[in-house]
Amino acid sequence: MDLRLTEEQLALQETLRRFIAKDYDFERRRSLALSPLGYSAEAWAQYAELGLLGLPYPEEFGGLGGSGVDIMAVMELVGQGLLLEPYVSTVVLCGGLLRDAAAHAIKEALLPQIAAGKLQIALAAYEAAGRYELAHVASTAVRDANGWRLTGRKSVVLDAPSADYFLLSARSSGNRTDVEGISLYLVRRDAPGLTLQAYPTHSGGRAADLHLQDVYIDDDAVIGAPERALPVIERAVDQGIAALCAEAMGIVTALNAATLNYLKTRKQFGTVLGSFQALQHRMADMFIAAEQARSMAIIAAIQANSDDPATRRRALSGAKAYIGQAARFVGQQAVQLHGAMGVVDELNVSHYFKRLTMIDMTFGDADHHLARFSDALRIEPIGAAS
Amino acid sequence: MNLNYTAAEESFRAEVRAFLAAELPADIRSKVRLGRRLHKDDLVRWQKILYRRGWGAGMWPRRYGGADWSVVEQHIFDEEGAAAGAPPQIPFALRMVAPVLMNFATAAQQNCFLPRIISGQDWWCQGYSEPGSGSDLASLRTSAVREGAHYRVNGQKAWNTLGQYADWIFCLVRTSSDARPQQGISFLLIDMKSPGITVRPIVTIEGEHEINDIFFDNVQVPVENLVGEENKGWTYAKFLLLHERTNNAGIGNCKRALKRLKEIATHQLHNGRPLIEDSRFRDRIAQLELELMALEITNLRVLSAVSTESRAPGPEVSLLKIKGSEIIQQLAELQMHALGHDALPYLREALEADWVPAPLLADHYATFAPPLTGQYFNYRKTTIYAGSTEIQKNIISKLILGL
Repeated sequence: MDLRLTEEQLALQETLRRFIAKDYDFERRRSLALSPLGYSAEAWAQYAELGLLGLPYPEEFGGLGGSGVDIMAVMELVGQGLLLEPYVSTVVLCGGLLRDAAAHAIKEALLPQIAAGKLQIALAAYEAAGRYELAHVASTAVRDANGWRLTGRKSVVLDAPSADYFLLSARSSGNRTDVEGISLYLVRRDAPGLTLQAYPTHSGGRAADLHLQDVYIDDDAVIGAPERALPVIERAVDQGIAALCAEAMGIVTALNAATLNYLKTRKQFGTVLGSFQALQHRMADMFIAAEQARSMAIIAAIQANSDDPATRRRALSGAKAYIGQAARFVGQQAVQLHGAMGVVDELNVSHYFKRLTMIDMTFGDADHHLARFSDALRIEPIGAAS
Repeated sequence: MNLNYTAAEESFRAEVRAFLAAELPADIRSKVRLGRRLHKDDLVRWQKILYRRGWGAGMWPRRYGGADWSVVEQHIFDEEGAAAGAPPQIPFALRMVAPVLMNFATAAQQNCFLPRIISGQDWWCQGYSEPGSGSDLASLRTSAVREGAHYRVNGQKAWNTLGQYADWIFCLVRTSSDARPQQGISFLLIDMKSPGITVRPIVTIEGEHEINDIFFDNVQVPVENLVGEENKGWTYAKFLLLHERTNNAGIGNCKRALKRLKEIATHQLHNGRPLIEDSRFRDRIAQLELELMALEITNLRVLSAVSTESRAPGPEVSLLKIKGSEIIQQLAELQMHALGHDALPYLREALEADWVPAPLLADHYATFAPPLTGQYFNYRKTTIYAGSTEIQKNIISKLILGL
């Protein structure tokens, strides 16, 4: 058992910290969020040079063979810097999914490209009104003489506007929420019949709704077992959840630092705000929440790629639920303690808070995951009487 | 970073488990599991069994008879002990006064007291709080006046835990009123058999006798029982509190309570089905389990930082104390609510191991009902003692956050 980051992980964090200070300060980030692309292409190229884009892949595919904890170390800084690049979508979710489930030829073709910063992929797994249910798939896939014909809609595909490919779920049998009957397709951005409606999200990223009308896909673009792709998608999303937990932890840490600094400097009634015990205790509660959230992010990082789905789900749902609640508390209190300054666009506090909120709403909010964690208790063996 | 145990740690765990299976007396195990009253003899007997195995004080350095356990080994021991139904080791001697003696006492004091502590020979209690000095401990007034080879001690200590069993008490006493209150306090070891000491029971909310008032009326204490320097006691007291709080996460105890809660919720019914199938109730269990999952890792992070950096525990233990005490309270509360209507009876005699329920009492009362409600009431103490939650937040805001 070892609960420390390695020298290499600490050095990587330090590199990112310097990068953020030099090339990605808050004003730069604000203008990037408003730019047409919505993130920094130069930063993406730098991440490739640093090896970040191939971090979780085996060396034979141009990667560094990194672990879930390596991803956590990176994502903590992604949170602190409010970095906008599509790291989770491309590297963790889709790249991770291909690494775990794709045929060797596809991995050989795509993973080195991702690692080099030349390829982006977005996960198109959710549909309107289905909320966080990955099995909620109404889009259809029909096998005919020309291959698979896909028709339907996918909603809020994160980082879709800049993606070269989509990993897209569609159903060839069963009813709308059945677990079976879902396949996963690698779909080119420029596939005939595919159209995008792009928009920004509340935390500065980009997303799009996808419309598919008779999009034809070859057999070799089916990822994983046909009609049984749900476990593959769930595993990828679990890794995305672990990454978001670490990002949230980074933001919570940054927000607490900003709030503490504000309490030490802002004066009212002739003294600093931090001299009032009601505010001191609130800040102590925020500190405790951050430490507990960090522990949960560690559990998530270590279990993110566990081969046992039940163990993985329990850890990841537990972490997402806990961090969702802790981040909501810290985020709301950071805004509250900053007073009116907490709700202005020109200070980073509001941006941190929005990002935390969007993280909670991504891949299942705290209630969703508490329910999943709780439901697992119903069937858990309790063991011998104690 | 990983949560795996090494082969050596796994084999240590197997060793602990085998030891517990072979050596933990069945009557003690049963009392712990059923929440029955533990008597002095039970706790001393267990301490002596641990001592014979060389585990009387696992975390103590070897030169004092300890086993030099790492943080992880102690964690494994606590976890296995809690799962097996081992009673807690009473902390006042092992975890509170002993670290003070190791760091600040003379060799003669160490040689006199430490062997008797680890072997279970002496029972120690704590004399800190007073009627007028609770959270504001430094205002304490029990006085010790130097008269030749003795101190003459007068005053009253309150909220003393299990002093009715004690052979010795470690006390904070006032030896000077000249400077700041913190600077006139000394750390004194007092034989409980000394003439002039009176122990008066305080019955607490659940009806049990766990704590006492202790009165000192012209008690003579040899000067060689002073620890460290006169008027430096506050420093030693703060050092002690950090060690005390290190153990206050109480992970093992919380884990056992969580498991028990699930058993009760499986046994008790809601609309004819096991209560645990009611999502409203189950979600409350889940919420607590998450807090505990996080705290277990936080606890290990704090303790391993302390051991890697070879330093005394710092103010971060306040976080462990706050969370651990809240979690055990909430677990006890949910256990009581899981009982529902069965939580109402107050059957004091049911706390005794040899209790036989009267024929008309429901069978399951013999298994778990009677002690649980009392435990809920008893555990209200956990956020009050050893520095209340509010004091811990003061410590965090001052010493960690710099406010």
